Amino acid sequence: MQHTLIALVENKPGVLNRVASLFRRRNFNIESLNVGHTDRKDISRMTIVINSDEVDARKVEANLYKLVNVIDVHDVSTQPAVIRDLALIKVKAALDQRAEIANLASIFRGRIVDVAANSVIVEITGTEDKIESLVELLRPFGILEMVRTGQVAMLRGGYEPVRHIPGAGSNGHHPEEMLEMD
Amino acid sequence: MELSGAEILWECLVREGVEVVFGIPGGANMPIYDAMLKYPVHHVLVRHEQGAAHMADGYARASGKVGVAMATSGPGATNLVTGIATAMMDSSPVVFITGQVHAHLIGGDAFQETDVTGITLPITKHNYLVTRAEEIAQVVREAFYIARTGRPGPVLIDICKNAQIQKTEFVYPEKIELPGYKPPRTAPVAELKKAAQMIKEARRPVILAGHGLLISRAYREMQELAHRAHIPVAMTLLGIGSMPASDPLNLGMMGMHGEAYCNLAIQNADLLIALGMRFDDRVTGNLKTYAPHAKKIHVEIDPSEVHKNVVVDLPLFGDLKAVLSDLLPYVEAARHDEWLEQIEVWRSDSDSRDIIYWPDDGKLYTAHVIRSIWEATQGKATITTGVGQHQMWAAQYYPFEEPYRFITSGGAGTMGFGVPAALGVWFTDKSRDVWVIDGDGSFQMTQAELSTIVQEGASIKIAIMNNHFLGMVRQWQEFFFESRYAATPLHGPDFVKIAEAHGIPARRITKPEEVKDALQFAIQTRGPVLLDFFVEMEEAVYPMVPAGADLHDMIRRPMREKSTA
Repeated sequence: MQHTLIALVENKPGVLNRVASLFRRRNFNIESLNVGHTDRKDISRMTIVINSDEVDARKVEANLYKLVNVIDVHDVSTQPAVIRDLALIKVKAALDQRAEIANLASIFRGRIVDVAANSVIVEITGTEDKIESLVELLRPFGILEMVRTGQVAMLRGGYEPVRHIPGAGSNGHHPEEMLEMD
Repeated sequence: MELSGAEILWECLVREGVEVVFGIPGGANMPIYDAMLKYPVHHVLVRHEQGAAHMADGYARASGKVGVAMATSGPGATNLVTGIATAMMDSSPVVFITGQVHAHLIGGDAFQETDVTGITLPITKHNYLVTRAEEIAQVVREAFYIARTGRPGPVLIDICKNAQIQKTEFVYPEKIELPGYKPPRTAPVAELKKAAQMIKEARRPVILAGHGLLISRAYREMQELAHRAHIPVAMTLLGIGSMPASDPLNLGMMGMHGEAYCNLAIQNADLLIALGMRFDDRVTGNLKTYAPHAKKIHVEIDPSEVHKNVVVDLPLFGDLKAVLSDLLPYVEAARHDEWLEQIEVWRSDSDSRDIIYWPDDGKLYTAHVIRSIWEATQGKATITTGVGQHQMWAAQYYPFEEPYRFITSGGAGTMGFGVPAALGVWFTDKSRDVWVIDGDGSFQMTQAELSTIVQEGASIKIAIMNNHFLGMVRQWQEFFFESRYAATPLHGPDFVKIAEAHGIPARRITKPEEVKDALQFAIQTRGPVLLDFFVEMEEAVYPMVPAGADLHDMIRRPMREKSTA
């Protein structure tokens, strides 16, 4: 099954390398990895998608926690979350095909963001399935180039980022049992 | 007050309580060495940086304090790598400080530039690249905190030369803030009660005592648990010393070369209480058939170790001392006499195969030599070892009554650990009786540190179990490769002459009747002594669970007639 993990990390040089190195070292396969800013300058946010069973997903989570620069990890796979991917798709488009492509894109709430003599660029945001469907529909026109950001995810509703111990207890949250900094 | 980065480093080290550092100076860390002269820290000049790493590691394991090793950039730093990996695998708190080229040269392949933080990333608990003097105080404070707390481990600080030289205002950071570093402290009451209930219901419980008990200084709590609930204790290689060897509940070492009765107890248990151990393949054998009837409680500070190899029924996350102290009030007194009687039956079968009871046949066996060292030192020495047969025999035949007296490389299995680690141990307490039980293969890997021992005037007794083989590999060749001894015979040098070239008194022992005399000579001679024991060349360590085999599927020592004397 696919697991989507959100990791809040310190915005410091080399942190991405630490995370990537961990996946290599422990032999975990990353499906996609997205890194970006948050509302706080000192914190970056990663969305990591892995294809694994439950046991391996817990291992990934626990190992991410071991990195000193990782502040918080959440597996949002089984919780209500908004999960989005953005794709730019450059499609071959003769003059008389533009309207049809624009039409298809708009059905998926995508849009054309660039028009050239023989091609257009379609921008689409959505879940993986949705993007995949549009890609399949555009394929007959001839896809010249495509880029995807990988998934970004956010839990729906109120969300208090509390550090928890993976696998501990029913919900894993018992911050009162954490070691105090000296 | 304005200080150079190098001076700030020493100010911080002194504040962390550092009294001794091990290392070698070079181009990229000379400012650090120059500043050192102003501070009350003893520096031990090693002959190879690997030695510095093992010394700092040995120091840390024997004292619980953070060890410190230093090296210059490039080859100096890469020579530390084996020692860093060794400390990482055995959760030893060591801070490594390496020099790095000027910050503006980084990335340009400057002379002796190596990507040290890149190289050591997977073998450190954390590491830092420091490019400015202003960062040093904060980084050193964090490094020591990270190294010694939670699951301890090595932390490396790579300091650019410009940062060592630059002057800046020195402000000692009273507080540190690591938002992503919060090791668990203890388990919730509900789960402690669950654990107590599982212990109460068990009929055939076994405690698996690991290194965590020593690191967390929780062995007394473990002993209390064992005695109160009448639970036998099996120890990992690094857990040795957590239970006194003479305790009736002690089962000795588990695993590949563990006692047969100990492994049988684990395989037949209905409850395993794993304390600060990580179910290494060397202690479990085949995971599919490992302790099939047992429920498992796992007390562990590192969540990534839980369910890693063995899926457990109840994980308790936290520091062992805190968890066991909190658990004990819920544990009821119990007796498991029937279970212990069963184990006694298995034990007597093991005893009848024990090499110790072999009659004197004029041959010198390593096991007998080690037992003689145990007698001569009244079982009170601190023993460091290399890796291989002699290490396993030391674990089997030198019973320890106290913790922190058996210092050996477990997870990494680093040959050459013994001699440098012994010097590190000696620096924790110079009145300590420190012995290296080494193999001829292991000894030669860090033999250069003999000069360091002499330069420091350290009273360390080195006993080489010289079988003229890479003995453990030879044993595997005998068992699994039809005795084809590919590249295992060692035509070693004359160790007695090597010792004498260093000014170290030495003797060679080739017969059983020479052993006692030689040991008395070593004990009565002040300063270092080297003893070269020419032991039986093709003796094997028994019992043995072949790699990947079932834990109860042991190769046993062939039966022999027992001594009637």
